[in-house]
Amino acid sequence: MKRVYADEKWCLGCHLCEYNCAFANSGTEDMVKALKDKIVYPRIHIEDTGKITYAVSCRHCEEPLCVKSCISGALGIENGVIKIDKDKCVSCLTCILVCPYGALSEGDGGAVQKCELCLENSCGEPACVKGCPNRALVYEERCDV
Amino acid sequence: MSIEFIYPEFEVIRDQSRCIGCRVCQRQCANEVHSYDDDLKILKSDESKCVNCQRCVSMCPTRALKIVKSDCTLRENANWQNNTIKEIYKQANSGGVLLSSMGNPNPLPVYWDRILINASQVTNPPIDPLREPMETRVFLGKKPDKIERGKDGKLKCNLSPQLELSMPVMFSAMSYGSISYNAHESLARAAKELGIFYNTGEGGLHEDFYCYGDNTIVQVASGRFGVHEDYLKAGKGIEIKMGQGAKPGIGGHLPGTKIVGDVSRTRMIPEGSDAISPAPHHDIYSIEDLRQLVFSLKEATEYKKPVIVKVAAVHNIAAIASGIARSGADIIAIDGFRGGTGAAPTRIRDNVGIPIELALASVDQRLRDEGIRNNVSLVVGGSIRSASDVVKAIALGADACYIATAAVLAMGCHLCRTCQSGKCNWGIATQRPDLVKRLNPEIGSKRLVNLMNAWRHEIKELMGGMGINSIEALKGNRLMLRGVGLNDRELKILGISHAGE
Repeated sequence: MKRVYADEKWCLGCHLCEYNCAFANSGTEDMVKALKDKIVYPRIHIEDTGKITYAVSCRHCEEPLCVKSCISGALGIENGVIKIDKDKCVSCLTCILVCPYGALSEGDGGAVQKCELCLENSCGEPACVKGCPNRALVYEERCDV
Repeated sequence: MSIEFIYPEFEVIRDQSRCIGCRVCQRQCANEVHSYDDDLKILKSDESKCVNCQRCVSMCPTRALKIVKSDCTLRENANWQNNTIKEIYKQANSGGVLLSSMGNPNPLPVYWDRILINASQVTNPPIDPLREPMETRVFLGKKPDKIERGKDGKLKCNLSPQLELSMPVMFSAMSYGSISYNAHESLARAAKELGIFYNTGEGGLHEDFYCYGDNTIVQVASGRFGVHEDYLKAGKGIEIKMGQGAKPGIGGHLPGTKIVGDVSRTRMIPEGSDAISPAPHHDIYSIEDLRQLVFSLKEATEYKKPVIVKVAAVHNIAAIASGIARSGADIIAIDGFRGGTGAAPTRIRDNVGIPIELALASVDQRLRDEGIRNNVSLVVGGSIRSASDVVKAIALGADACYIATAAVLAMGCHLCRTCQSGKCNWGIATQRPDLVKRLNPEIGSKRLVNLMNAWRHEIKELMGGMGINSIEALKGNRLMLRGVGLNDRELKILGISHAGE
């Protein structure tokens, strides 16, 4: 399955992936309208240690702890992609607690949000990868996962 | 303070109605133009630090930024122009020599733009490069004057070593130190994929890049930085750098701040020490001396590698080239006065040297007149900007062209001409690790390959139009060129007729 992979060697820490993610999932056509003067809720975030920066988003694990721990059945796997049904989420945040990568977060409105690879939004492919200026993010199939 | 004040050259225009406050501009500007005001929750800019490299403009996701030339000017004066006056102010402030980067920006004549190319009509058919084979391959090196056969009638094959290029363009010398590790890797990878050559410049060859040796020309310059036996043997050819188009007659100076880590190791000089290349080679004061170095290098590499001698285009270039052609060198590279640099004194860059078009035409003619044209191949550089410049250069008599400015542009350079600051926002002319990583060689090499492939297509199209199907048939074919708006003297030097003749 194709996944988003980050390479800290080329990450510039520009944070564009976060904004492209928030825009792609905003449901609007205009980036300014979607993000200006708003708190953005990206599903990918940059870890910055001061020396190294890299992007973190859902790994779409084959045996995901988040899905196992979900008490309401909001998290599920669809063709390998871990998805969340926001209507079912009760905001217990157990998934955030158990995810070893810190890839889930609380979204706008309280329900948990996570990367769903932009497969169903207006972008159609991961917006973070598409907008990365230095190919620090790639969307590809790798066998050693 | 007030007397020292010079109004900033550029203005940063931010469309606040578009700015989403993502701070990409702030994070990407090494000159620290942009800052975020936590109280006002807006981004601000200090245009006095802006060099107009366009990094922020290119990265802004909502196109909220543009950089414009400031219209705050001194009173107009055709003689004392704004720039001239500001340079006086700068020197009155500092007492120093003015430094500049990249090529001469002044509006001096560009002869390429006054030369037009022929095409076939009716009496001789053009060739469609998409349907018929076209040869863009060239070989650089000394060519035999005649075919020799042994008593058995078989060809005697004692050909001098040659460089084989898939197209008549190479990446010219830019040292590791003046440009970054990633820029070098991009050039090396592209040269390998394209079947052409890149040039180490005078900074030595990083150990990681020995694997690209078959597509590398190693340079020996007056500072001899990074030169040792393995280095000489690593490349496919060796270039002796006598001069550079951007700064003929002077050496180089890479400041100690750039001599860090691998750069210091590759150059074989201590960290933090300035790398100063003398103006002359202290062992070369005549053609005979040059001959000694040419043959020392050939001896060291067992006569397996062609030797290039690179000189700047200066007044007596034809006589100088004639001497070099007799020195044992296999290739002469001539660099015109519009060639780029990582740093040069402004006065020298803008006032010394001659246009490459005139230098090339006179050298080719002189070598023909003296019957020694086959002794050497001619490579020309110094602002070759497009495939049509390449075609015109070949028709004027060059065997191949050197490009560097076009190559760094392909890698992202926006020609802001402040390489000397070492803060290149595009990761090219810098050694700061956080800036170097901005150039991913995977992207850089791909863009170089794209550019060269595009030029190759265009060269074929132009040749096809002329009814020529190989570079060899175009070489020195000045009948394919006509001048426009040139005077008799210029036409005579270029060896071409005026349009309409």
